[in-house]
Amino acid sequence: MSPLAFLVVAALTVVAALTVVLHRNPVHSALALVTTMCLLAVLFLGLDAQLIGFLQVIVYAGAIVVLFLFVIMLLNLERERRGLATPVVVGTATTGAAGLAVLIVRGLAGGAPPADAPVEARFGGVAAVAERLFTAYLLPFELTSLLLLVAVVGAVAIAKRRPS
Amino acid sequence: MLADAAIASAEAAFMILLMLQVMSLGLFFERKASALMQDRIGANRAAILGFAGLGLVNTLVADPIKFLLKEDVRIAGADRTLHALAPLVSLVPALAAFAVIPFGDVLVVGSRTIDLQAAHLDVGILYVLAMAALGVYGVVLGGWASNSRWSLLGGVRGSAQMISYEIAMGLALVGVVMTYNTLDLQEIARQQGRLLWGWLPAWGVLYQPLGFLVFFAAGVAESKRIPFDLPEGESELIAGYFTEYSGAKHLMFMMTDFVEVVLVAAMITTLFFGGWQVPWLARDGFHFPWGTVLALPGLLVTILQVTAFMVKTIFFTYLQVAIRFTLPRFRYDQLMRLGWQGLLPLALLNVGASALVLLLVGRAA
Repeated sequence: MSPLAFLVVAALTVVAALTVVLHRNPVHSALALVTTMCLLAVLFLGLDAQLIGFLQVIVYAGAIVVLFLFVIMLLNLERERRGLATPVVVGTATTGAAGLAVLIVRGLAGGAPPADAPVEARFGGVAAVAERLFTAYLLPFELTSLLLLVAVVGAVAIAKRRPS
Repeated sequence: MLADAAIASAEAAFMILLMLQVMSLGLFFERKASALMQDRIGANRAAILGFAGLGLVNTLVADPIKFLLKEDVRIAGADRTLHALAPLVSLVPALAAFAVIPFGDVLVVGSRTIDLQAAHLDVGILYVLAMAALGVYGVVLGGWASNSRWSLLGGVRGSAQMISYEIAMGLALVGVVMTYNTLDLQEIARQQGRLLWGWLPAWGVLYQPLGFLVFFAAGVAESKRIPFDLPEGESELIAGYFTEYSGAKHLMFMMTDFVEVVLVAAMITTLFFGGWQVPWLARDGFHFPWGTVLALPGLLVTILQVTAFMVKTIFFTYLQVAIRFTLPRFRYDQLMRLGWQGLLPLALLNVGASALVLLLVGRAA
């Protein structure tokens, strides 16, 4: 990915992400979130990570945010009311943002980023990712699937509970 | 570099035009083949200089012009931007999905060998799934932005249906990926050129019959047509998520339905029925199983392959129209039960069975 293309996509991503937080209409915010996800996918593609890029679109844009929209539509939310920014919320958010800024500055201060490493053949493809996943990272992978199974069982248990 | 970009653009344009032809043919089937099935005459009112062309003038010329000239109604209280955006969000991903579908083997021009596929993606199947997933937003937004209860209900139904059936669809494709060991659609089409026992073309449906059935059913559900057209069920919701659309925007929603029908047909063709493969046709001509060899020039072979891909896609488009006019509409609970308790377990079973067979028999190659 050329630096110019990266800068353009990155700037658009930041704008879309800001829209998610700043827009007053929840549906517009959710749409901005979809846009953010798709632009992140473009950044992944620019980094030769094809598989992650398309999974980003399928999982986040295609399923998770649709469910967000679904809930927003069912709840029939009106425009968000002003005055949600209580001192506690503002304080927590400011502290978090300041901490993140410190981390980013310290990371960048560590010297120039390494020059472009040569990309090995088949990098980022299904075969390469699957090989790592099923050899080096097998245990975390299986533990994650166990976690997901627990979440599914939990969701079913909650959905099945009848009001007494 | 520039030549590559030009070739890719030309291929994309060719593919889109090819598929739009199939789409309009599907529209024609919808009007006239349905009339034949229901023992009526069907569209025959429009004619140019007395030429009605069996209703072709009506369906291919008069209908679109009528749609484009209708008033674009502005709805009170609607979110104008999203209302206008929704048909585009619906149509564009559906058309973009065709980029990775191969429509022929290779075309040799001088020293250059052109792969007949607009975008050569290693993860072609995932790309199609991603585009199908993005199509949901058109339905959701159209339903929400119209400021109408009918539309909203249609949008909610549509999104729930599409998400549910996407899962069965994706799992049905896992079996195919296991069989061919690749996600690249061109590679899948090439591998289907092999022969079983020296005469039977090794098309995907022979290895994945269950996967084919699940994918077909889920595909019809994805295009939201009868028997899965709950999101736009006329008797309940007028036209569901596009109730409040008129003119060209309404046409775009209708067109999306048909583009999706053709997309499902093209995917079925590519994954299960050999794609552009003509039985016994190799790059240098026919090699018949009884030993006869009929050499053909490369260009003719390519034309035959593109024609074969077209014919197969048209057949599956027609089959979907015929299904539409054969089955009644489901109830919503039946629809959900079929998706989650019918197709999903079948798709999982297919994955398990495919794995077992591959383990015991080994790969087909």
